Amino acid sequence: MENKVEVKTAKLTAKDFASDQEVRWCPGCGDYSILAQVQRTFPEIIDVPKEDVVWISGIGCSSRFPYYMDTYGFHGIHGRAPILATGVKLGNPKLSVWVATGDGDLLSIGGNHFIHACRKNIDIKVLLFNNRIYGLTKGQYSPTSEKGKVTKTTPYGSVDYPFNPTMLATGSEATFVARSIDRHTKHLQEMIKRAGKHKGLAFLEVYQNCNIFNDGAFSILTEKETKDDNVLVLEQGKPMVFGKNADKGIKLDGFSPRVVDLTNGQFSKDDLWIHDEFEESPVRSAILSTFTEIPGLPTPIGVFRQVLKPTYDEGLVGQIEDVKKKKGQGDLADVLFGGNTWEVN
Amino acid sequence: MAKEKEVQQLSEVTVRFAGDSGDGMQLTGSQFSDTTAFVGNDLNTLPDYPAEIRAPAGTIYGVSGFQLHFSSEDIHTPGDQPDVLVAMNPAALKKNLAEIKKNGIIIVNTDAFDLKNLKLAHYESNPLDDGTLNGYTVFSVPISTLTENALEGTSLSPKEVARCKNFFALGLMYWLYNRPVQNTLDWIQDKFKKHPQFVDANTKALNAGYYFGEMTEAFTTRYDVVSAKLPKGTYRNIAGNEATAYGFLAASVLSGLPLYLGSYPITPATEILQYLSNFKNFGVKTFQAEDEIAGVTSAIGAAFTGNLAITTTSGPGLALKTEAIGLAVMTELPLVIINVQRGGPSTGLPTKTEQADLLQAVVGRNGEAPVAVLAAKTPRDCFYMAIEASRIALKYMTPVILLTDGYIANGSEPWRIPSVDSLPKIDVKFRTEKEGFYPYLRDEFLARPWAIPGTPDLEHRIGGLEKADIYGTVNYDPDNHNKMIHLRAQKIKNIENDIPELEVDGEQQGELLVLGWGGTYGAIKEAVIKAKALGMTVSQAHLQYVNPFPKNTGEVLKRFNKVLIPEINLGQLAKLIKSEYLVDVVQFNVVRGLPFRVSDILEKIKETLGGKNGK
Repeated sequence: MENKVEVKTAKLTAKDFASDQEVRWCPGCGDYSILAQVQRTFPEIIDVPKEDVVWISGIGCSSRFPYYMDTYGFHGIHGRAPILATGVKLGNPKLSVWVATGDGDLLSIGGNHFIHACRKNIDIKVLLFNNRIYGLTKGQYSPTSEKGKVTKTTPYGSVDYPFNPTMLATGSEATFVARSIDRHTKHLQEMIKRAGKHKGLAFLEVYQNCNIFNDGAFSILTEKETKDDNVLVLEQGKPMVFGKNADKGIKLDGFSPRVVDLTNGQFSKDDLWIHDEFEESPVRSAILSTFTEIPGLPTPIGVFRQVLKPTYDEGLVGQIEDVKKKKGQGDLADVLFGGNTWEVN
Repeated sequence: MAKEKEVQQLSEVTVRFAGDSGDGMQLTGSQFSDTTAFVGNDLNTLPDYPAEIRAPAGTIYGVSGFQLHFSSEDIHTPGDQPDVLVAMNPAALKKNLAEIKKNGIIIVNTDAFDLKNLKLAHYESNPLDDGTLNGYTVFSVPISTLTENALEGTSLSPKEVARCKNFFALGLMYWLYNRPVQNTLDWIQDKFKKHPQFVDANTKALNAGYYFGEMTEAFTTRYDVVSAKLPKGTYRNIAGNEATAYGFLAASVLSGLPLYLGSYPITPATEILQYLSNFKNFGVKTFQAEDEIAGVTSAIGAAFTGNLAITTTSGPGLALKTEAIGLAVMTELPLVIINVQRGGPSTGLPTKTEQADLLQAVVGRNGEAPVAVLAAKTPRDCFYMAIEASRIALKYMTPVILLTDGYIANGSEPWRIPSVDSLPKIDVKFRTEKEGFYPYLRDEFLARPWAIPGTPDLEHRIGGLEKADIYGTVNYDPDNHNKMIHLRAQKIKNIENDIPELEVDGEQQGELLVLGWGGTYGAIKEAVIKAKALGMTVSQAHLQYVNPFPKNTGEVLKRFNKVLIPEINLGQLAKLIKSEYLVDVVQFNVVRGLPFRVSDILEKIKETLGGKNGK
């Protein structure tokens, strides 16, 4: 048949990953940028045949993502994307498995699956579209909404404390933890690539603007006038410097990070925290996660941590191979006729 | 040598071992069962234990029991009333005495009848002396002391010595019922091979019990139950959970698909996960998930990628899996959900049996979400129904719920092992051709194609939103929804053309049909046999397929004036039968966490016939 002689030597392009479905997010939604950056980077990231890529999602605006990718896709049920993806990966460990999820989907109803996927180091890539609001149900506060948030379900302000996603991922010992922002397109592309190349569970939080129900939630991090003074771009092996004129830095006093002025002669770059994303201990990744909760500190973006340890799927496959080697391929008759048997003549 | 003792032939015996949950009664019972199977009796067992792992010693609620019915004839139940009770302490006696046959044999461990234990069992005076046991044949045996004597000089601590007393009791029972000790000796050898001191001690205790029976004057008679006339073949004793595990292993081999089990431990289903975890050399993937929802959802993911995907659970777990099963209905993926039913509602009676999840299985989901529902009828039937559930799931691209229950899951019976060649092959076709591929274009069985990730050019998206007919894209069109609702229902209905017709055992028409489903098969069968022996004309039919029903079910029901439906629930099958076939039925519902008593069903048959005796 015709399709069998088709040889795929041509390099894939962004277009190859765009499905024929009309994209139905609200005009101006940050999800468009994430989709575009994924489609742009995928030709570079994907080192398996295109048919080996699977996108999985739960429920929410972000979870429509798989429909727009021309790969295998599964739009699951609320909160279950990480475990659906786990089943796909264990069902066929050769597949490249990606999860598109939102803050309600992953951190509220799906929190349990998320922490256990991190703990087990399942080799899947989790992209969290964090807009700090429930969009698809039209504007209720989410587990990442700031305390005091006024929404339709919290007309007097919310009284609960938000989850810190990178802290949660770090605490669950995810082997790759990173953050980016929908409007920092180049940075986002870089982070998607890094996540895609990681072997093990990769968690990438993307700050994403919901221009309908939570517009401007991250504007301080994206607007020209404010972003440089409020975003810290993490770079491997480099001191943590930020500010319009690279005039500020982060110094770590014990476990306490603080902003220092690099212009008054009191501190130099030598005094600053040198970022090491490959550090085995999760402690510094946790400290980085606290930045967003400490007034005056910039919001870090980049790779918080990347460590390598055997994945769950490798363990599962390896164990099957080991036992086969030891016991030989199983024989059904041996099992059925094993144990205490007797003959009736 | 004591003088040769009389051997009395019996055709059947029911024994109950009872003691503290730490006394090893389940082990003693299963050893006695295995040996009894080995000597060729037909048998049926009922383990009955508390949900507490080690309830405080000596208490009534901590009593663990194991009942075993064995015979030289074909039998189908663990027996209504034990002929023999082995009571390791006063609480065990207190809890079980009322159910022992009048004139029955009671063997007690007299050492355990001290003031403390009598008080814990709420005995005001010692039942061994106060006439409580008048009318029974009582053997008072100081089992603890005799075990201590037998183990004198071993390196075991007093606590370890005490734990060997169940083997003494077992040895005594082997002597009394004329069974060989060798099987258990072999088992001890294997089980404790890393601890030679326990091999030695348990062997001594077992032999001491056996010789005690032979030497003591107290026992003047021993009993024998000769082999049953079973069909020719190789046999093993099997419990339902083990049979279920082997059934899915077989389905994996027969279909050529890797078996994936996503599961979360829950009584009484956990053993299936434990058994299947051993079969890594068959490529079986077992995943102990973070929760029930994760178990089933991971299985759906594995089904998407071309595995034979299953999940095991019990009632509360099935409730949690409900939404995910709906997803499997919508995405039309093959999936088998095994529900080993237990007493409900809520946490209910975790270690007891019930049949009250039938409606949950058939209709318990949001929306019109039809699935096939199968029910195994005996421990060994679990093997065949596991294969059948897999076959239907794969052929029709649908979730299938397989119902078993705590009784058949833990109970055991002899099984004539089938040759692998005699098992049905399961054909599976993955879609690979691009030409004419549409994710929801159906075949003649209304099944959609299974195009798994990794297949070039068939990239497509599925999900829980309503699908467009044929194309499988998201679709909100009213007429499309109406069509898909009907298609999904018809697909399940069509399975009726692919399953055996409902068979009637006995007269093919007449006054009374007793209709059951699932694990009550044995009790109903034995009640019907007894009714016939009493001159009544009554027939039996038993459903292993509950959704859809066998095609001829309505026609069978109409051939009888009365239909009696015994169920361990408040009439769930009765409800389905009445609404489906508009026939009147007589219900019989007893929900005690235990299998039906044959005598209760027999009484209900008599009452229903009302003196007409079916003629």
